[in-house]
Amino acid sequence: MTLASQPDTAPRRRLLPRRMSSVPAAVGFGLIWLGLVVLTAVFADLIRPYDITQMDLSARLSPPGTPGHWLGTDELGRDVFSRLIQSVRVSLVIAFGATIISAVFGTTLGFLAAQFRGAVEHFVVMLADFQAALPFLIMSLAVLAFFGSSMVLLVGLMGFYGWERYARIARGLAISAGAQGYAAAVVQLGATPRRVYLNHILPNVASTLIVSMTLTFPEIILMESGLSFLGLGVQPPETSLGNMVGFGREYLTTAPWIMLGPAVVIMLTTLSISLVGDWLRDRLDPTIR
Amino acid sequence: MTALLEATDLVRVYTGRQGLFGKAAPVRAVDGVSLRVMPGETLGIVGESGSGKSTLGRMLLGVDPAQGGTVRFGGTPMPERATPAWRALRARMQMVFQDPLAALDRRLTIAAQIREPLEIHRIGDARARAARVGELMQAVGLRPDQAGRYPHELSGGQRQRVVIARALASGPELLVCDEPVSALDVSIQAQVVNLLRELQREGRRSMVFISHDLKVVRNLCDRVAVMYLGRIVEEGPSELLFARPRHPYTRALISSVPEPGRPLDGRVILQGEPPNPAKRPSGCAFHPRCALATDVCRNTVPELRQTDPEQTAACHHADGTAASRAA
Repeated sequence: MTLASQPDTAPRRRLLPRRMSSVPAAVGFGLIWLGLVVLTAVFADLIRPYDITQMDLSARLSPPGTPGHWLGTDELGRDVFSRLIQSVRVSLVIAFGATIISAVFGTTLGFLAAQFRGAVEHFVVMLADFQAALPFLIMSLAVLAFFGSSMVLLVGLMGFYGWERYARIARGLAISAGAQGYAAAVVQLGATPRRVYLNHILPNVASTLIVSMTLTFPEIILMESGLSFLGLGVQPPETSLGNMVGFGREYLTTAPWIMLGPAVVIMLTTLSISLVGDWLRDRLDPTIR
Repeated sequence: MTALLEATDLVRVYTGRQGLFGKAAPVRAVDGVSLRVMPGETLGIVGESGSGKSTLGRMLLGVDPAQGGTVRFGGTPMPERATPAWRALRARMQMVFQDPLAALDRRLTIAAQIREPLEIHRIGDARARAARVGELMQAVGLRPDQAGRYPHELSGGQRQRVVIARALASGPELLVCDEPVSALDVSIQAQVVNLLRELQREGRRSMVFISHDLKVVRNLCDRVAVMYLGRIVEEGPSELLFARPRHPYTRALISSVPEPGRPLDGRVILQGEPPNPAKRPSGCAFHPRCALATDVCRNTVPELRQTDPEQTAACHHADGTAASRAA
């Protein structure tokens, strides 16, 4: 039996490597695309061939492929490619900023609820219910109409989108981990709540939170697009992906390139986020390897 | 000699609810339990499921707050739960859990988990900790190459040994083992029991061993306390108690242990389920299932009293029923 099992294990180890050495093609694409998007956002000022407000009235609505304006121009003769680059930057700042704010805020509240229970928990759950019941778009409209739109306010406002999901997930998982199992065991070892939550519960619930983030991210991009479309998001002449789609809509039949460019970027970015997030969750889990 | 751990009149009441709009019924999971553990001594706590053994174990460690009564450890009262003093005391008292897979963090390697108490209690520097982890792994019989493994990659027995190594890391004076072998299969049970025996032999470490497995308890424990519905019904040195049980419940438990080559006749077989702790029978809680029950059992709660120099039992008939079968 030992003789038979000895040569058996060697080829099997090669067939089932402990660590995935290669990344699936779709995930590879997602990673490359996200890298590109981030680079574009960081170096927007350097890559941009024209200023986003620079008008070329003699070349209005020129189609893609026109020399000097490879993605065409809009109704005021502004270069679509330059505006797209700037839009990527603005939308990414809003979406990343808001996703991180909502994840941190929601998770913190969820953990606080799980740790202190009682009145704190009731309060957090009440806030989460309130948030879930609130038509977020209408509240955003009210806030933006009242205070006027600014980038900081927009990111902050979007940051409140979806936090209640993180709070619920974090609270539920932390309570179940504490009731029986590893968290209770670590508390019993004498660990401070800080250590229990940061070193044990957070890594264990991270995969669920990451999936939740990959869902929130596209939603925030779309929410910002909606607000910009309604004229309360990013204000012209500044531009964002949603903003471009909104204004390009009027020229959908005559100059579709104005809105197709940003639409494709929105789609590919959200798709990449989902693919990479899913893959990341699996990679972070030592039990699935 | 002063006791390492001394519990007096511990009470723990859970509020159970019957149905959606039912009235809340208090369940006295632990009801006035007093016990003491001497340094180096192993105390066994046995009883059926639901008799309050595990709750008692957690209360002894101060993990579950006592609603009544006190726990004194090393002569000083147990500090309030989740205070710095309570956390510091964890280095001196540790717990071994029933389900090792649940008690381990599946995202950390076993070396990291065994090292954890050392980090929490700031024992030694990085190099000393690494050495101590190696030492502990060897002591519990884990190979050094398993240090980088994750809990799900180990067998049940190996996981339980990781839990034991982690519990021993800070050098505790008291180890509370809550059914440490009942989730393991029989061959692995023996390994873990042997490991615990070795640990007993090597140092003056006290142990509270909670189990429903009488053979294991008899094997490991110096003294045994028998629990029934949240109360201790009999307590005494392991040898004496198994040879000469005074309480009919203890007798029934002991005779329920199957022995190969011995017929079942003449045994005291327990009838029925343990009663609902929310509806505790009047008088002696055991009387509905007891063959010796008389009127006094139905009306008066028996006190724990001395039946032999070192043995106590809570039974009205403890003296008159000495004629028992040695198990």
